[in-house]
Amino acid sequence: MKIKVLKDILGANEQIAAKNRELLDKNKVFAVNIMASPGAGKTSVVLQTIRALKDKVRIGVIEGDIASSIDAETVAKEGVPVVQINTGGECHLEANQLESALNNLPLADIDLLLIENVGNLVCPAEFNLGEHRKVLIASVPEGDDKPFKYPLMFNTVDALILNKIDLLPYVKFNVNAFTKTVKNINSRVEIFKVSCTSGEGIKAWAKWLTAQMKQR
Amino acid sequence: MHELAITQSMFDIVLKQAEQAQAKKVTKINLVIGEMTGVVGDSVQFYLDFLTKNTIAEGAVVDIKMVPAQAQCLNCNRTFELKEFDWTCPYCQGKIINVIAGKELFVESIEVD
Repeated sequence: MKIKVLKDILGANEQIAAKNRELLDKNKVFAVNIMASPGAGKTSVVLQTIRALKDKVRIGVIEGDIASSIDAETVAKEGVPVVQINTGGECHLEANQLESALNNLPLADIDLLLIENVGNLVCPAEFNLGEHRKVLIASVPEGDDKPFKYPLMFNTVDALILNKIDLLPYVKFNVNAFTKTVKNINSRVEIFKVSCTSGEGIKAWAKWLTAQMKQR
Repeated sequence: MHELAITQSMFDIVLKQAEQAQAKKVTKINLVIGEMTGVVGDSVQFYLDFLTKNTIAEGAVVDIKMVPAQAQCLNCNRTFELKEFDWTCPYCQGKIINVIAGKELFVESIEVD
């Protein structure tokens, strides 16, 4: 006997993501899902964002990692509330993990929640968490061909931070070709060229983020 | 690793449907997977063999219908297949496109005894 099912495999995740979004909206928290490959500079961007904005908005951070709490400890030194999620082998965050992390944060005291996803360009693109914006960090040493290899990720995000631009003189990376390809895959994406080492470009990114918070 | 979480969710759906139908055995699971999801069929089968041990779905065959990535040009409205390296409309060279297929990921049907 054949039974028609037609059920979205990620439907359960989507339902929890919708619940997360409701909880975030109720508490007036603006959540950003930050994705990138390992070593692209997710934690550095989180730290720079905190430093640029902590006098203006109240920030909270969720650190997603397969294991360890190194990143959470680094971020906690900035004096903002941090929750660590260890996925225990899974390569991405799922909505139910965010749900339990949200329960451990003082949401009423947070305006901007930065969610650092697990370092990976494949899976996190498919799992909505209930966030308001998705941001991808690409870095110069990774090469300018990444949009070709991970189109879903590049297609999904609202903003792209090209990090480590201070390394451009030393690495073969064609910024124009890269931005052209990215815009081709995702015409609405905002691109920011940033160096977390020198601080270049952080202001423009922080300004965009603040404007997005107002729009929700 | 990606496929483990997806296979687990898929398996939950399959078991629930089979129970509702009071099935004794699940023999086949028909999936629809969009090319852009990057989900690998062999991996799904591998994890499913592992997850279904000692359940009514043990030994079930997975049949996967892959959906190619398709886009619609927002300039000339024509649809075309998305190629890996070029997301430009082949008809009018338009750059603004909408992905209309290729992100599917669902259980289409199951076959039970």
